[in-house]
Amino acid sequence: MTLDKVRQRAESDAKTYGYYLNPDADFLRDLLEGLKKNEERYGYPSCPCRVASGKLELDRDIICPCDYRDPDVAEFGTCYCALYIRKDVLEGKTPIAPVPERRPQEKQVRAYAVAPEVGVEKPPEAAKAVSPEPSQVKKRLWYCRQCGYVVYREDPPYVCPICKAKREMFAEIVVSASASG
Amino acid sequence: MNKIKVPGKNNKHKVLIYAISTCAWCKMTKKFLSDNSVEYECVDVDLSSDEDHEKIRQDIESKGAPPSYPTIIVDGKTVITGFRKDLIKKALEI
Repeated sequence: MTLDKVRQRAESDAKTYGYYLNPDADFLRDLLEGLKKNEERYGYPSCPCRVASGKLELDRDIICPCDYRDPDVAEFGTCYCALYIRKDVLEGKTPIAPVPERRPQEKQVRAYAVAPEVGVEKPPEAAKAVSPEPSQVKKRLWYCRQCGYVVYREDPPYVCPICKAKREMFAEIVVSASASG
Repeated sequence: MNKIKVPGKNNKHKVLIYAISTCAWCKMTKKFLSDNSVEYECVDVDLSSDEDHEKIRQDIESKGAPPSYPTIIVDGKTVITGFRKDLIKKALEI
């Protein structure tokens, strides 16, 4: 995997979902180098700003683009690493600032606890008194009214990855289940 | 634990950074400290053993902070999560 390939993959993903890559060339290169290194050492491009366990089943949610990118960009304007950013951030209307960790504590602890017999003596409550929590948003079903593309996430994407319709073209699918009979 | 000591003229405070070697924010933090001639110790968490991972996590959490990187610990008590220049400047009086 060359650095150019890593860059192309990120660029293509940003374009598909209506995001932009960090405009600071050095910062961006550092992140892409980090993704390349992780792909080399773990076999998949896990988040360069998080500790990975090296076990795919524990790291799946932090493989870039991670599960937290969309809600982080929606709430803070950038993902946790500031690799993916929103248009207003690119235009300098919103500053880039550190994003609090949204990954659930239990997933982080599991990744750390891969080494056997560690962290046992500590009650999990001890770790709770921490940082401002990013808001918990519930995932919903959305469909593109132009092409019918369906997605399950907190908010619809900025652009439809299939037909490039804008976010406004998305509508929520409300599923109602009746429990009669 | 493999701590790398980076010398600097400003050694008024004891500064420890827990970082990730691939993280651009961590790199920026290290550069900021070096640019300000601050002496510091650094541990790259992803290059440490699993056992050390756990020790680092417990150290950070025992100080009431989340295990997010970079974490900057000043004089063993002030904990700054993330590259927050204003907080770092204030804690280091620079």
